[in-house]
Amino acid sequence: MPVNHDKNIIELEDISFAYDEKENVLENITLAIHQGDYIGLVGPNGAGKTTLLKVMLNLISPQKGRVKLFSTDIQDFNDWQRIGYVAQKAVNFDVNFPASVSEVVLMGRWANKKIFQKTTEVDRAAVKEALEKVGMWEQRDRLIGDLSGGQQQRIFIARALVNHPEIIFLDEPTTGVDQKNQDSFYALLQKLNRNFGITLVLVSHDIERLTQEVMHIACVDKTLTCHVSPEEYLA
Amino acid sequence: MRGLEAGIIVAVIAPLIGIFLVLRRYSLIADTLSHVSLAGIAIGLLLGINPVLAALGAAVVASLGIERLRTSKKVYGESALALFLSGSLAVAVVILSLAHGFNANLFSYLFGSIVTVTMNDVWMIFVLAIIVVTTLGIHYKPLVYITFDEEAAKVSGVKTQRLNTVLIILSALTVALAIPIVGVLLISALIVIPVVTALQLKKSFAITIIYAEIFSLISVVAGIFASFYFNLSTGGTIVLIMLTIFGITFVYGKK
Repeated sequence: MPVNHDKNIIELEDISFAYDEKENVLENITLAIHQGDYIGLVGPNGAGKTTLLKVMLNLISPQKGRVKLFSTDIQDFNDWQRIGYVAQKAVNFDVNFPASVSEVVLMGRWANKKIFQKTTEVDRAAVKEALEKVGMWEQRDRLIGDLSGGQQQRIFIARALVNHPEIIFLDEPTTGVDQKNQDSFYALLQKLNRNFGITLVLVSHDIERLTQEVMHIACVDKTLTCHVSPEEYLA
Repeated sequence: MRGLEAGIIVAVIAPLIGIFLVLRRYSLIADTLSHVSLAGIAIGLLLGINPVLAALGAAVVASLGIERLRTSKKVYGESALALFLSGSLAVAVVILSLAHGFNANLFSYLFGSIVTVTMNDVWMIFVLAIIVVTTLGIHYKPLVYITFDEEAAKVSGVKTQRLNTVLIILSALTVALAIPIVGVLLISALIVIPVVTALQLKKSFAITIIYAEIFSLISVVAGIFASFYFNLSTGGTIVLIMLTIFGITFVYGKK
């Protein structure tokens, strides 16, 4: 996929959000994410990083401002297979859930199925391709709960990849992943970004690590306090 | 044997709903809806409406009420269940004290009675079962997705709110259709136990459903025959067989 770094994938315009009427969690945030970007959203705990991610995914609606995905207003956007999402694993995931690796990845294809549409060869091929990209095809018949934290995270990436998205959002993806596996996990993200041209938005509190990986750092602490290259951030 | 036909239909349906309720930590919804059904039955007996239909109506209305309370976030999910469970039991008891004379009849609804299953009941169970299976078939894939990861499903465009409503209405239908067989007090066992048993085997989602179906069918068929020949309570016998199978898989299942 040819990458056009001038093309806007996400545009946030003067976003403010509050969970209740009292205090804004996000205030006047304006930010554009371009095709092929690899951007790290950093900030202290409770600074609104995940909230900002949820705004970009239309899981919550900001009280003020505009969000555009692929130049379409987010309320009118319905091309969600162009977007992949890997949530904070620890929060959402039941290790006893009876699902094999390939079933989990296949779920990614199910959201866009019409009534009575069956799982096709195309779906199975997409699952295989996604699992191969993350190096987990051999594990396809194992139960998701039997895998290590790092392997599970790869499966969730594969589920996000299965619809060939142009952008993937990852929320604290390395939580519960040990140091050695973190390295190969970040190598995988580099591969997705460089070789496949997938735009990545990564939320993390591990600023030190992010500065070695991403192209841009966006600091969120209620407002957008910086939007710089890693070199500028460190300077 | 009409009871057997009805029993088999219920045995097939219950785990299909059960797998979603158990995995979403909604097991108690079946119990709550069954108590609501009891209130419905009491109302039905009082007003001379078909009690199973009355139970069905009450369960569907209550299921929507529970979902409404839960999503309002003003009441915790399990507190919403407690409100409906005790509330409907209260309604049932008050109606019973108002109108004497159908206590004996009510007993068969409490614990189920395979011998009193009428051909009408079988037809009604059959039609409800078709509705439940078809609706589940339509929504099966997104339901699995929201059960596993509701947020990711939402992001990829699944209408989670609507699916939650569909699931709870289907639960109400399943509870109502199972009443003539196992009775109000033991329905949740049919919905929950075969699924919990199959989960002990630690298989994929599809295989887990198949095992749950097998355990459910074995228990219901064996329970109906055993209760028939030894003159035992059908519902109670079925549930005891289910619990025995659960015990075996729990002890010998994969760690």
